Amino acid sequence: MTEMQSSEALPLATEDKAPKPSLVRTSRLGERIAEGAVKFVALTSIAAVLLILVFVGKEALPLLYSSEMHQEVTPGALVSVPGHVWQPVSETPKYDVLPLFVGSLKVTLVALLFAVPLSVAAAIFVAEYAPKKVREYIKPAIELLAGVPSVVVGFFALVVMASWVQRAFGTEHRLNTLVAGIGLSFAICPVVFTVAEDALRAVPGSYRAAAMALGSTPSTTLARVILPAAAPGIAAAIVLGFGRAVGETMIVILATGNAAILDGSLGHSTRTITATIAQELGEVVVGSPHYRVLFALGAILFLITFGVNFLGERVVMRMRRKLAGAAK
Amino acid sequence: MTRTQRSHVSSSGASPPTPPRRLASLRYASRVSDRTFFALTALACLVIIAMLVVIVGDVIIGGSKTLSWEFISKAPEQGMMKGGIFPAIFGTVALTLLMTLAAVPAGVATAVYLTEYAPQSSSVARWIRVCIANLAGVPSIVFGLFGLGFFISTVGHAIDSAAYGGRSVYGQPCLLWASLTLAILTLPVVVVSTEEALRAVPRELRDASLAVGATKFQTVTRVVLPEALGGILTGSILAVSRGAGEVAPILFTGAAYFLPYLPTKLNDQFMNLGYHVYVLATQSPDVDKTKPLLYGTVLVLLTLTFLLNLVAVLIRARTRRRARAAL
Amino acid sequence: MIKVHVLVGLVALFVACTRDNPQTTTTGAQADKTSFTVKGSDTMVILGQRWSETYMKEHAGITIQVTGGGSGTGIAALINGTTDICESSRPMETKEKDDLKAKQKGAVAIETKVALDALAVYVNEKNTIKEIAIPDLAKIYKGEIKNWKDVGGKDAPIVLYGRENNSGTYAYFKEHVLEKKDFAAAVQTLAGTSAVVNAIKGDEKGIGYGGIAYLEGIRALPVKKDAAAPAIAPSLATAQDGTYPISRFLYFYTAGEPTGNIKKFVDWVVSDAGQKIIADVGYYPLPKK
Repeated sequence: MTEMQSSEALPLATEDKAPKPSLVRTSRLGERIAEGAVKFVALTSIAAVLLILVFVGKEALPLLYSSEMHQEVTPGALVSVPGHVWQPVSETPKYDVLPLFVGSLKVTLVALLFAVPLSVAAAIFVAEYAPKKVREYIKPAIELLAGVPSVVVGFFALVVMASWVQRAFGTEHRLNTLVAGIGLSFAICPVVFTVAEDALRAVPGSYRAAAMALGSTPSTTLARVILPAAAPGIAAAIVLGFGRAVGETMIVILATGNAAILDGSLGHSTRTITATIAQELGEVVVGSPHYRVLFALGAILFLITFGVNFLGERVVMRMRRKLAGAAK
Repeated sequence: MTRTQRSHVSSSGASPPTPPRRLASLRYASRVSDRTFFALTALACLVIIAMLVVIVGDVIIGGSKTLSWEFISKAPEQGMMKGGIFPAIFGTVALTLLMTLAAVPAGVATAVYLTEYAPQSSSVARWIRVCIANLAGVPSIVFGLFGLGFFISTVGHAIDSAAYGGRSVYGQPCLLWASLTLAILTLPVVVVSTEEALRAVPRELRDASLAVGATKFQTVTRVVLPEALGGILTGSILAVSRGAGEVAPILFTGAAYFLPYLPTKLNDQFMNLGYHVYVLATQSPDVDKTKPLLYGTVLVLLTLTFLLNLVAVLIRARTRRRARAAL
Repeated sequence: MIKVHVLVGLVALFVACTRDNPQTTTTGAQADKTSFTVKGSDTMVILGQRWSETYMKEHAGITIQVTGGGSGTGIAALINGTTDICESSRPMETKEKDDLKAKQKGAVAIETKVALDALAVYVNEKNTIKEIAIPDLAKIYKGEIKNWKDVGGKDAPIVLYGRENNSGTYAYFKEHVLEKKDFAAAVQTLAGTSAVVNAIKGDEKGIGYGGIAYLEGIRALPVKKDAAAPAIAPSLATAQDGTYPISRFLYFYTAGEPTGNIKKFVDWVVSDAGQKIIADVGYYPLPKK
């Protein structure tokens, strides 16, 4: 720090005006308390994640060891019921979760199929082609889509879109995987768009300049230089979109028809993990096998999104390293 | 690049190239592939915006007839087929208010720790960031399970046994637990926005404050935070908008279909706009008679979240413009 | 020092913001509640609401809150102790009654019949089929009959709509029509009877089931007990005298005998005043003894 003249107007903490030692001590103590308090509150986020894992997991854990639970359902039975049927309320309850997993996967893939090309293309437009004025309107408009609550999107899919889709594709079921997937894509478009757009804008202008200087046309620059450079960020966007789609509840409850059918057809109803938890948790008796299986599903869902995020980050990091390495 | 394209480039006779600030300047518009890219990407933008317009348009068309002062201020009557949705609006507001009270201080403190106090290579800070990123990705229904398993069954029951002699006062779905559940859900939003705002505060401001003898805490509270207020506000408003629209976490932690009273105590259940939409869409007795009500409720909910998002976006744009101008 | 005061202040605030007129029940004698919860069947939820609204208008000072979620939800709530009255469109099972005894300190589930409902079989108005026999209905819902032409309709695949498994309607249908066998996996589970109605309205090939009260814009098929019996359409008369084969009672369940204000409410519901409201909502009042 530069020295200040004592003849300056401001009263500064100069040598002859040093604060009393006791004041220094209290303020340092106060500082440490303040820092401690802030750190403590900041730890709530770690605490929250741990608590979620613990408390969702502990309700499900008896499935692994309790013999009382095993009378009705064993961990093995969760995937090996003949015919893969999910019928927890029955003379002989059947808890096969495979149709639920496949259902979640199908709907998510359809949503990604629609949302990713659309959002990435839109991000390219906004980041590369749009004039500044246009960008200032289009970007918030697309991000406003994120302000539509998922229950509203689900309502729209149920009441309006399902009829359109059935008329256009002649599907057997009015509420099916396709409708739910399209509805879901509404919800993940803003997420993928925002992250992809950030990634594209982060590509240094020098890359573009160098490509142009070498005589490349804008579209070639885009395809050969910019997109590969932004690829890690776009991959991150896709991973985020996947996680969001897998975890979505309201849209799928309203638009999938909720039939636990295990097949690959898009025109048939399906049932996702999230919808199952949401619909059935209300009726279970606390502590019953059904209750525990639902919590187990929740724990598995949590681990899946955790794992997907983690893997996604590793993939993105690897892509970044490859890019940096190639640039050398 | 094809041969023809290359020859076009070398014979264009254009002025010495200055690094173009955007790709598609008029000079290049003639290239077919450029035009196709431009058209396709512009089309994608239009499709997404069209999605938004279609949903909003349908809701406005369907719901504007039902919207009236009566609708907003009266309670539902005749089995949800007449009357208004005031209790749902009240419940949503109460819920998001409590949620904000919990989420904003915690989120701001977390962001402050991450930007101001955490040492550069702190592993604690890294773990906090990892956890925030993961919280952002947790499915909303899992938050509902957490609310049920932790807040209601564990904390609520503990409070009941300790302070109410085993009576079921807090060990049941209610406003308090639902808002805390939502607070955890929206925490990442607040943290990320606040961090962005804190980072935008120029270093010189902090240095100057420390130079005149302020303690770090005083610097943070009296200099940095006020400067970052725009971003903090943006984050809080986005969090409120998110919380107002979420239904899955409150399904088992407090939302109810029909309550004859307004929730005024922490352990009351509450009606909620999003939950009301869900129930009306699936369980109303007479689908045709309820449709206008359903659309009206959706319109109110959408207006609420949109207004909040719009305000947040405007504040963010203004703070960014001011930050750029200040540089 | 200040921190202690803050803590005490917060606790006091917390207590002040707590409603300690407990809305939920635990067994045993308790002060007469002026606010209680009714939870359960979606089939009955509008009925419950109408009853509560009318009752509250006539009896100031009593507040009743009504929530749906399905009969299973209501029964679970009764067992978990989070509701006072459970509305159910099916009788409680022995296992559930045992669970109640175990969890609620020996409380016995007390059943009160409150209304009558005919379980209608819904089809789209454009569907040409005239009637259905119960054995065929069962085969359709088990997935054994897949085309309308096999039961006298057009050549088109049958699209099955049903309720979630926490619904009393689901349980009743399963027990009395399917004879406890499982539904086909292809049955779309919708969240409420009105969702089923809405679905059938838009789907000519659809078939669904649900309470008679929800019948708007679709047809209820006359039902035959078997191929030889006459087809009976659901109506007040046929439900009350039992000729319509799939009619059922709607119930209130409480943990232990209802006392105080809750008893007064239940008595009112069964009385003429309460039963009059049932017809408005679309169900059938209890047959007069």
